[in-house]
Amino acid sequence: MSNTNVNKQHRGPGGGPGGVAMVGEKAKNFKASSAKLLNALKPFKWSIIFSLIFAILSSVLTVIAPSILGEITNMAQDAVASGTSVPLNKVLEIGVILVAMYVLAFLFNTTQNFMMTTTAQKLSKQMRTDITEKINRLPLNYFDRTSFGDLLSRVTNDVDTVSQSISTSLISMVTSFITLIGITVMMFIVSWQLALITIIIIPLSLIVMGIIIKSSQKYFKQQVETLGTVNGHIEEMYSAHNIVRAFNGEKRSQEQFNTHNKALYTSTFKSQFLSGLMMPLLGFIGDLGYIGIAVVGGILVLQGVIGLGTITSFVIYSRQYNQPLRQIGSITNTLQSTVAAAERVFEFLEEPEEAPETVTRTLTNVQGNVTFEHVSFGYTKNKEIIHDFSFEVKAGEKVAIVGPTGAGKTTLVNLLMRFYELNKGAIYIDGINITDVSRGNLRECFGMVLQDTWLFEGTLLENLKFARPEATMEEIIEAAKASNTYHLIKSQSGGFDMLITEDTNLSAGEKQLLTITRAMVENAPMLILDEATSSVDTRTEQLIQDAMDRLTQGRTSFVIAHRLSTIKNADKIIVMKDGNIVETGNHESLLKQNGVYAQLYQSQFSKEATTEAV
Amino acid sequence: MLSIIKKVFKPSYYILGLAIFALTLAQTLCDLYLPEKLAEIVTYIQQGAPSTQIWNTGLLMLLVALAGCLCSVIISYIASRVGAGFSARARSLMFSKIQGFSLEEMNKFSTASLITRSTNDVQQVQLAIIMGLRVLLMAPIMAVGATVKILQNSAQLSITTAIVIVILIVVMSSIFMVVLPKFNKVQKLTDDVNRITRESLTGIKVIRAFHAEDIQENKFEKTNQELTKTNIFVNKALNFMQPFTQFLINGLNLSIVWVGAYLVNSNPNNLAIMTSFTGYAMQLLMSFLMVIMAFVFIPRAAVSARRMNEVLTTTPKIHDPETPQTTPQNGEICFNDVTFNYPDAEENVLEHISFTAKKGETIAFIGSTGSGKSTLINLLMRFYDVTQGSITLNGIDIREYLQHELHERIGYVPQKSVLLSGTVAENIAYGKPEATQEEIETSARIAEAEEFITQMPKGYQSYISQGGKNVSGGQKQRLSIARAIIKQPEIIIFDDSFSALDYKTDKKVRANLNEHLQNSTKLIVAQRIGTIMDADTIIVLDQGKIVGKGTHKQLLKSCKVYQEIAHSQLSKEELNA
Repeated sequence: MSNTNVNKQHRGPGGGPGGVAMVGEKAKNFKASSAKLLNALKPFKWSIIFSLIFAILSSVLTVIAPSILGEITNMAQDAVASGTSVPLNKVLEIGVILVAMYVLAFLFNTTQNFMMTTTAQKLSKQMRTDITEKINRLPLNYFDRTSFGDLLSRVTNDVDTVSQSISTSLISMVTSFITLIGITVMMFIVSWQLALITIIIIPLSLIVMGIIIKSSQKYFKQQVETLGTVNGHIEEMYSAHNIVRAFNGEKRSQEQFNTHNKALYTSTFKSQFLSGLMMPLLGFIGDLGYIGIAVVGGILVLQGVIGLGTITSFVIYSRQYNQPLRQIGSITNTLQSTVAAAERVFEFLEEPEEAPETVTRTLTNVQGNVTFEHVSFGYTKNKEIIHDFSFEVKAGEKVAIVGPTGAGKTTLVNLLMRFYELNKGAIYIDGINITDVSRGNLRECFGMVLQDTWLFEGTLLENLKFARPEATMEEIIEAAKASNTYHLIKSQSGGFDMLITEDTNLSAGEKQLLTITRAMVENAPMLILDEATSSVDTRTEQLIQDAMDRLTQGRTSFVIAHRLSTIKNADKIIVMKDGNIVETGNHESLLKQNGVYAQLYQSQFSKEATTEAV
Repeated sequence: MLSIIKKVFKPSYYILGLAIFALTLAQTLCDLYLPEKLAEIVTYIQQGAPSTQIWNTGLLMLLVALAGCLCSVIISYIASRVGAGFSARARSLMFSKIQGFSLEEMNKFSTASLITRSTNDVQQVQLAIIMGLRVLLMAPIMAVGATVKILQNSAQLSITTAIVIVILIVVMSSIFMVVLPKFNKVQKLTDDVNRITRESLTGIKVIRAFHAEDIQENKFEKTNQELTKTNIFVNKALNFMQPFTQFLINGLNLSIVWVGAYLVNSNPNNLAIMTSFTGYAMQLLMSFLMVIMAFVFIPRAAVSARRMNEVLTTTPKIHDPETPQTTPQNGEICFNDVTFNYPDAEENVLEHISFTAKKGETIAFIGSTGSGKSTLINLLMRFYDVTQGSITLNGIDIREYLQHELHERIGYVPQKSVLLSGTVAENIAYGKPEATQEEIETSARIAEAEEFITQMPKGYQSYISQGGKNVSGGQKQRLSIARAIIKQPEIIIFDDSFSALDYKTDKKVRANLNEHLQNSTKLIVAQRIGTIMDADTIIVLDQGKIVGKGTHKQLLKSCKVYQEIAHSQLSKEELNA
C-alpha cells in the first residue's frame, strides 16, 4: 500500500482564531533560497513595486485619517464647553476630505491586492509548468530514488504555500510595519502621553504571542505526529480489512486504535487550547490599552492638556495596532515556511538533467541493424554492472533476453532507448551512433510493449493513437484485429470512445493486449517486448502471445522472455545474471556451453517436467 | 452536519455547549461594558468631576476586562475539549463501524475513500465545530447586545449603523455566492493537476518511449491555465473583502461623528454618546463579519459531515445470527447450488455451483481470470453472502455460525499477501495471538519460510514494515501461509497463494501441508496446473459455471477448457507422461 499521509496542515482561513501558531518548517538554506525566490519574482517586479507603493500610500492614509476624524470630536467638545454650536460647514469640509481619503485608501488597497493575487497565481502557474517540463527532462534514474508522493506534494502543496504567502503575507508584512510606525508617529504628534501608554501594548503583546507560540508549538508537533500514527493505523487496517476479519483481529486493532486515538485527543486538545489563548489574551492587552487611554486621557482632558477628540482618535489607533502586531508576530514562521516550500520546488528544478543532445544525424528508413560496441554501464557511478559488452543484431532478427528474476533484463532496453547514458562504448543503429540523433528520433524507431501496461486517462482511441496521432481509423482497426483486441474494444460500452480511467474495468491481460495494439499502430521498425508473467490467465496469455508473434514479424525485436517457445525461436539469446550479461548465443549453442543458460533452462523452463513426476 | 453532531456528541457536550453560551453572554456583556464606561468618563470630564472618579471607573473597567478575558479563556478551554473530543469519538465510531463492514460495503465506498472519510473529513468537521463554538455562538450574542446598546443611545446613529451593516451583508453574501461554487472548481482542478502529474510520473517510460512529452505537457498546460484563471478570480473576490471592510469601518466611524455633530448641536449631552458609540458600532460590525467568515467553513464541513454520515448510517449487509449454531470439527464444506451476483451487476458471477469437500480432502479450482474462483472463496469466508443456494459447514449453513467462529475455523491465505506492520513472529501469530515460539517456528517450517527468516538480521523479531514492503513477494506469500496454518484450522483456503513461489518451493510447501495438516480440508485456487494436479478433486470454472470436475487424468480426457489450459502450460512429453 502506498503510504499517502493525509495529515496536511490546514492553511488560510483555517488558521483563524486559535490556529495562529502553526508548526513552522525550516528551510535548509534560507539565504540562498530566498534569493532564488526573489529571482523568480523578477518578471513581476513592476507589479510588485507598484503594489508596494499603493500599499504604502493606503497605509499612510489609514494612519492619518483618525487624527483628522478626531478634530470633529474636538470641535464638538469645544462647542459644548463654550456653549456655542458646532460649526457644521467646517465639519462638512473635514468630512469631504475624509471621504476622499477613505475612497483613495480603498482604491489603492484593492488595486494592490488584485495585482499581488495575479502575480502570485502567475508565479505558481509558472512553477507548476516548470516542474512538469522538468519531469520530462530528468534522467530516469532520478525517479528510481524519488517517491511520487513527494513530487506531487511539490506541485500542489508547496506551490500553493508559496503563492498564498506571496499574495497575502509579503505585502501585508510591509504594510504592517508601515502602519505600526505610522500610527506610532501620529500618536506622538497628537499626544505623547497617550502614545506612551498605547505603545506598552507592543512588547506585552509580542511577549504573550511568543510564549503562546512557543508552548503550543510542542503540542502542534505532537498533534501532527499522533495524527500521522492514527491515519497510518487507519490506512493499514482498512487496506488489510480482509485479513483482519479473516483472522478475527478486529478487537486487537480497535484496542490499538483507541490508544493512538487517545494520544491524538490529548495533543489536539492541548494545542487547540493553548493557541486558543492567543485571542483572549491579546484582546485583554488591547483592553488594557483602551482603559489606559480612557483613564489617562480623561485626566489629561480634565487638565486641559488634550481635547476629547484625541481620545476618540486614540481609541481607533489602539484598535488598529492589533492586526499588524499579530502579523509581525507570525512573520518568522510565515517566512520560514514560504522559503522552505520554495526551496523544495527549486531543489527539484535544479536537479541535473539528461545529457544534452548533440544532433548530427537523423534515423530514417531504419533497417534495424543494431550493434553494441564495448558497452559498459552501471546505474550508479561506482557500480558497473555491464562490462565491455559487444553484440550484433541483424535486421529482422529476434533477440531474447533471459535470466532469473532480478537479473536486470530491462537494463538493455533502458540503454537501447537511451533512458540511461552509457559509461563507455556505443550503440549503433544502422551504423549511426544513437547519441548522434535526438532522443525523440531514436525512440520513434522502437515500438514498446511493457509489462507495466500504462494507459493514460482519455478515450481508448486517444490511447491507441498516442504514439502516432496521425494514424487513420482503418489502420487502427486493422491493428486492433491483428492484435486480438478488436472484439474486446467493440464489446466495451463506447467502443473506441470508451473512457479509460484509473478504475476502468480492464484486466491486466486486456490492458497488455491494448498496449500491443498501441505498438502495432505505431508501426515502428524495431520492437521491445516484455512478456507477461503469471498475473495473466492462460487463455489471455495465448491471445497476447499470438498478437506478439504477429507484431514481431519482419521487425528487429528485443524480447524479455519468460516462455520457452519464444526463447527456442529466438535468433539470438542474451543471458543475464546479477545485472551482468553472462552469455550470448542461441538455444543450441548455449545448451552446449552448459553454463548459466543451461542451468536456467533446467530449473526454470523444464520445470513442468519435474512437477509431472508428482 | 447536525445529524452527525447528534450521532457523535456525548450528552455532556450539550451541557458544555450551554456553558459556552452562558460564558459568551457574560463575556459579551463585559465587552459592551467598556464603551459604556468610556462614555461615563466623558460625562465626568464634561462635568469637571474629580480625577479620582475617573481612576475608580478605570479600575472597574480593568476588572471587567479581566473577567471578560477569563470567560474567553474558559470558552477556549471548553471549545478545544469538545472539538478534540468530537473528533476522537467520531474517528472511533467510524473505525469500529468500518471494521464491521463486509467486502460489499468496502467496495461500495472504496478503501481510499473510507480512509479520507475517517481522517480528513473528521478533521474538517472538528475545525468547524471549534470555530462554531468560539465564533458562531459569540457573534449573535455580540450582535444582539450591541444592537440593544445602540438603540438605547440614539435612533439616528442606529439607522446609520444599520445601513452600513446592510451594505456589508449584501456585498459579502453576493461575493460568497459567486465564490463558493468556484471553490469546488478549484478543488477539482487541483485534483486534475495532481492526476495528470501522477500520470506523467507513472507512465514516464511509456511517455518517453512514445516521445509523447508534448502531449502530456499540453494536457497539463490546459488544466494549469484553467486552474490559474479560476484561482485568480476566487482570490480577487476574497481579497476584495479586506479593503472593502476597512472602507466600511472607516465610513461608519466618519458618519457616526458627522451625524454626532448634528446631534450635539441639538443636545450637548449627546457628546458622550457620540464618543462611546464608535465602540458599539465596531463590535456590531465585527460580529457580522465573523459570522460571514465562519460561514466559509460550513459548506466544506457540511460536505465532510455528509460523507461521514454515509458511513455511519450504513448497516453491514452481513451480520451474525440471533441464535448461533456450532458443530464439532469435521471439516466438511458443501456448496449447494450456489449462485451469486455482485450488487448492481447484471450477470451472475457464479451460477449453480455445487460440490462437497470432505475432511482432509484437497479440492482445487482452476479457470481463467473472471471465472469466479476468488468469488467462491469470498463466499465461503462470508465476505459476501450467497444470492441463492447455501454453503454449509458440517451440515449447518455458514450463516448460522458466528462470523468470529467461522473465521476461527478457517485458515485463509489471500491472493494478495497482506502483512501487517510488526515483527515476523507477530505476523505469523496474528491468527493465534497466544501461540508459543515453538508453534510459530513450526508453521514457518511448514511454509518453507524458516530459512529466510533465520537469515534476516533479527530472525523472528525482524520488523516487517507496513504492507510488507521490505520482504519479497515470495517471502510475503510464505509468511502469509504460515499465518494461516498456525492455528491448525479445520479448513484451509489458498486463494492463488503459490503464484509467487518457484516450482520447487511450491512443491515442497504442498508436500509439507499434506504431511502436517492431514486433517484439514484444503481448498486451493491456482493458475498453474502444476500446483493442483495432485488434488483429490479439481473443479474447472469457466464464466462462473463448473465445466469440469474430477482428477487431473480424468479432466485431461474429458474437459475441453482444462485441456486448453494444460496444453498451454505443459509440453507434449509432459502431457503424455
